[in-house]
Amino acid sequence: MTKIADNKITKNLLSSELKKMITLDNGFIYSDPEFLYELCKELKQNELTQYNYLKSISAVDYIEYFELVCHLDSMIYNTSIVIKTKIYGRNNLSVKSLTSLWKGAELQEREIWDLMGIYFDGHPNMKRILLWEGFKGHPLRKDFLK
Amino acid sequence: MSVNNELVTVNFGPQHPSMHGVFRMRVTLDGETIVDIEPVFGYLHRGTEKLTEERTYVQIVTLTDRLDYVASMSNNLAYVSAVEKLCSIEVPKRAKYIRVIVAELQRIASHLMATGFLLQDLGTFGTPLMYCFREREKILDLFEILCGARITLSYMRPGGIFQDTPNEFWSELETFMDNIPGQINELESLITGNEIVLSRTRNIGVLSPEDVINGSLSGPMLRASRVKWDLRKANAYEIYDELDFEIPIGATGDTFDRYLVRVKEMKESIKIINQCAKLIKPGPVRNEDVPLVIRAPENEAYAAVEGPKGELGFYLVSDGGISPYRCKIRAPSFMNLTLLKEMAIGGKIGDLIVNFGSIDIVLGEVDR
Amino acid sequence: MSFNQLYIFVGDLLPFLPDQIVFIFSGLSMAITICTFILGIGAIYTWFERRVLAKFQSRVGPNRWGPFGLLQPIADAIKLILKEDIIPRAADKSVFIVAPIIFLATTLLVYSFIPIGDDSQLGGLNVALLFVLGITSINALTVFMAGWASKNKYAILGSIRAVAMLISYEVPMAVSLMGVVMLSESLSLVDIVNSQSSMPFILIQPLGALTFLIAAIAEMSRAPFDMVEAESELIGGYQTEYAGMKFAVFQLSEFLTPIFTAAFFTVLFLGGDSGFSFIPGIIWFASKTFLVTSILLWFRATWPRLRIDQIMGFAWKVLMPAAILNTLLVGLEIVFLNENYLFQILINSIVVCIFIYLIANILGQKKLILRNPVPSELANMDAN
Repeated sequence: MTKIADNKITKNLLSSELKKMITLDNGFIYSDPEFLYELCKELKQNELTQYNYLKSISAVDYIEYFELVCHLDSMIYNTSIVIKTKIYGRNNLSVKSLTSLWKGAELQEREIWDLMGIYFDGHPNMKRILLWEGFKGHPLRKDFLK
Repeated sequence: MSVNNELVTVNFGPQHPSMHGVFRMRVTLDGETIVDIEPVFGYLHRGTEKLTEERTYVQIVTLTDRLDYVASMSNNLAYVSAVEKLCSIEVPKRAKYIRVIVAELQRIASHLMATGFLLQDLGTFGTPLMYCFREREKILDLFEILCGARITLSYMRPGGIFQDTPNEFWSELETFMDNIPGQINELESLITGNEIVLSRTRNIGVLSPEDVINGSLSGPMLRASRVKWDLRKANAYEIYDELDFEIPIGATGDTFDRYLVRVKEMKESIKIINQCAKLIKPGPVRNEDVPLVIRAPENEAYAAVEGPKGELGFYLVSDGGISPYRCKIRAPSFMNLTLLKEMAIGGKIGDLIVNFGSIDIVLGEVDR
Repeated sequence: MSFNQLYIFVGDLLPFLPDQIVFIFSGLSMAITICTFILGIGAIYTWFERRVLAKFQSRVGPNRWGPFGLLQPIADAIKLILKEDIIPRAADKSVFIVAPIIFLATTLLVYSFIPIGDDSQLGGLNVALLFVLGITSINALTVFMAGWASKNKYAILGSIRAVAMLISYEVPMAVSLMGVVMLSESLSLVDIVNSQSSMPFILIQPLGALTFLIAAIAEMSRAPFDMVEAESELIGGYQTEYAGMKFAVFQLSEFLTPIFTAAFFTVLFLGGDSGFSFIPGIIWFASKTFLVTSILLWFRATWPRLRIDQIMGFAWKVLMPAAILNTLLVGLEIVFLNENYLFQILINSIVVCIFIYLIANILGQKKLILRNPVPSELANMDAN
């Protein structure tokens, strides 16, 4: 069975700078949007975690903030972890892209930009994916067409 | 004499015989050689994720049928296990067995489609495709006995399945299971050793284990590249930990390996179904405590199953209402397209079509 | 009845007519008879091919219209005639219209040289073999005309493939016929049939027959060489923009070519209408042609398509040496063995086996060895 990683142990493995940036709440690891990339990079490259497989990135609209949820898997240790980050605001949101860490993020980040309107800096081809260029609005937002 | 080379951009799709639906690729060609590819998505986008926010948890089962419409059972299973995880619903043992049986039948049906269309893309005049379709029809007949539908099944419910199996199902299943190994062998004898198939598929579209893991590929695409990873073993859901089966992997990660892994997986599925049919005992098939309109607690859950195409995951967020606050679908066909560019660039047009066919996508799932 | 006999018959019947009129009249009536007959055969062949393919694929095939679906070709023809005849706005109109006509004309023309009975309809032209090869190579041009005039990228890609492939396969096809010409010492198809009265050429030069058959399949661009219209890659190749009757004409010609190829192969290698016992020659000819057509169908039903570079490689690396080897062998045998057919058959059969074995081992695919794959260390699903 895939083991759900213990967040406290995972936190202790990180460098002291990163430790300050993350908080544990409700069984998830929360990170600042600016440090999401560094945290993921550390989790991927650390010998003891090795989260080498990005299962999914999703975005959830909680009206006052957006939550970016990354489900990571370590195929080597067969463990999984959930990283979350809160992005406040409604307009001009952007996060650093995870594409350089996992190529699998490419299409999903385009999908999030298309449907949720969160821009990913450093993505090689940041365009709308499911809807056409010129479509107004981001349909998965809760305030769409309201 | 100097030769003037001019690149040509050709649209493959959305209307094209081998685009498996309405996929579109903008291909830049230098003669017959592919220089660049830009996949274009979205011709079948129906906003499933948005629709789920307006439906009750049970109603969404019908929406999942229409994602990967050649493998509805697997979609149902993935969705209901996410709901069960979200609401901590217990599932009776018999329902679990039946779920595994139908999911594996669906895997065989889906792999038959994949193999048939791969061979069609290779240019056979429909003979292997028809062999595959003939067997798939029998599986659809079995599903028809179970739930009356053939394609969009909606067989599963949170907390079990919609109804117990009719009596004739088990005898029909037995006849089918007696015949299918022979039919798969017949298909293999037509294809596996064929010189032209070998010359067209071997060392075409080779992907390394590092690439496929980094590109979040899953299912047969992952396993053909020597990565032994199958959620049925890695995260034994339902009753897979009680069953004895192998996870076949490929040797090089080329198109031929992807075909071979699918054929071997069909054989493993047959083993699984036979074991389940022996182990299954009478009992309830549905948790009667689950109400028709489920109110999930304020929580979130991610559950994934090993669908025929790969890891099919549902990420459900609930705000305590009767419908999910957010439902994200991790569609394996969509994710498997990540490395299309790497596979095809530098090859010929024929290779592109074959590579694309070996990914085995279903547009309902790619565009959602 | 050949053209000469008809010409004399009409001249005797109506002696008051001027010679030119008699010539034109008899020529036209001959042409109309041949065309009608051939087109009828073609229509029945479409039904036959579809039924047999269906049997291969465990389907039923056309069976609704008439007994066993025999009227299906008529229904298809009516449907295609009644369809709107679309000419793309960007197309080169005149070339676009002319291409299918030339395609059908050349296909029909070559039929008149097939000798059935003692004579062919056009009276045993003494360079018939060369003439047929020349006419069939017009195909490459018409396909290119159709593709280029369509102004469609798939069509142009298809026609470029067609030109490359058809011209390449023309060479081994022509060279493989050298053996036939040397053995019969004539270019006339009637003479070729007559010189096979004791022994069909397929036994004397199996390598030549094999090379010719493969090259001819490629010339027809049928599976496994159906690169030109490769459905899964180029949609319809040069036919992509054609609709209605023009498309029907292309389809008809495509269904006619395998019959012609089979008949031509029968004439060149299977001894034409010669046979034994009381069965008339026409039956022998028909049954041999039918056998070859069925073999062509069998290839089509079971084999996948080769890639373009593999097809070109096959023409120049395998068929060309085979054709040259065959020519050399037959030439040497004519000089040294002096019509000792049994000895020739023995030598040539051994050479064919050795040649095929060597080519398969040097240029062919490596045998399928299913190795036990080593799982990558990047995943360990048994952990925990």
